Amino acid sequence: MATAKKVSFKLNGKPVEVTVEPRELLIHTLREKLAHTGPHIGCETSHCGACTVDLNEMSVKACTVLTVQCDGAEMTTVEGMEQGGALHALQQAFHEEHGLQCGYCTPGMITRAYRLLKENPNPSEQDIRSGISGNLCRCTGYQNIVKAVQSAAKKLAAA
Amino acid sequence: MIPAGFDYHAPRSVADAVKLLGELGPEAKLLAGGHSLLPMMKLRFAEPGHLVDLGRIAELRGISQSGNEIRIGAMTTEHELLNSKLLAEKVPLLVEGAGWIADPQVRYKGTIGGDISHGDPANDQPALMIALDASFVLAGPKGERVVKADGYFLGLYSTQLAEDEILTQIRIPVPPAGSGWSYHKLKRKTGDFATAATAVMLQMKGKQVAKVAIALTNAGPTVLKARDAEAYLTGKAIDDASLNEAARLAMSICQPTPDQRGDEEYKRAMCGEMTRRALQAAHARAKG
Repeated sequence: MATAKKVSFKLNGKPVEVTVEPRELLIHTLREKLAHTGPHIGCETSHCGACTVDLNEMSVKACTVLTVQCDGAEMTTVEGMEQGGALHALQQAFHEEHGLQCGYCTPGMITRAYRLLKENPNPSEQDIRSGISGNLCRCTGYQNIVKAVQSAAKKLAAA
Repeated sequence: MIPAGFDYHAPRSVADAVKLLGELGPEAKLLAGGHSLLPMMKLRFAEPGHLVDLGRIAELRGISQSGNEIRIGAMTTEHELLNSKLLAEKVPLLVEGAGWIADPQVRYKGTIGGDISHGDPANDQPALMIALDASFVLAGPKGERVVKADGYFLGLYSTQLAEDEILTQIRIPVPPAGSGWSYHKLKRKTGDFATAATAVMLQMKGKQVAKVAIALTNAGPTVLKARDAEAYLTGKAIDDASLNEAARLAMSICQPTPDQRGDEEYKRAMCGEMTRRALQAAHARAKG
């Protein structure tokens, strides 16, 4: 029988410790053990991007990462975007530009766009479209998501 | 979609990883970026008793130049390849190829070594490696050996990598100045595997082809080197007639598997078209 492991990491700035079987996927630890239900389970096959979290400054799909791989990591989920009661520029922009309809893909979209803008603060429309190409949205047709990311990029650059 | 149980090991050095592999035996699998292995484990197509995670071994990462050779640690991610200034300058084919792999999130985790070692004919790195005449460093209990990419891929999920060995480094001779390059890939959508794809490295001498390497992704049970097309083109000018013949010769060695991406005839035709386009693009970039 597989030996359970203690795993510690920083989740949205706060240290957490969990005991998991090696086969436990990060998305399940986040949602079921740590009550962080922002990252969603969409396809479970690393296609849709609804489970995207920021792990050690990388956008990753939490359905295809083992929790035991995250020992010592720094992780940000959509729950960590808001600062001091104020929405992150991306959250505000998704609201203002109507960048969502059902909202299921939104936490993954915002978390992915967060890393995209860190790496490329002034992206072209094409940069945004290819940058979020690992995140599927079945409602919006992407137009307003792209607008939201553009709008957030401008606000962040001006701040 | 939860994998069967296994024990997890995270060695800190290649030596420790090789030792672990030896102790654990055939029940152990190496974990690189995990974006081929973990999906297979979630579907229970693979149920290893032990995973040896290479993710904590610092010596397996990084891109550097040593003399006339580029050396890439096997755990270097596709994202790192895509953003490498050294590769953009010295081996731009690898940067272009990496951009066609999967999607951004998968590229942050997926590694060049995992892509190569998996032995999947649908993966992109095998064709890129063959076009670039790369060599692989394999570490095992008896030390290291270096093998050529051409000949490394034996069949479906089968390579020269032995069960007790680890691919540690990829070595690529810097292509001569003026070389043309291209990776042309047809895929239905982001994240899909290739319907067909062709990697080309090309050196011209005046109007004539001095040297060309052509490798085909997902055109058979393993990556294919289009040797007849290469031999035919050498010494010839690149024009419509020679491109057509090279594409025909590439198509003649294809044995594509029919699936949701197309039937055999369509996939073979697309292999020809990708070969034609990759050769044209490489020709447009080649100087000499």
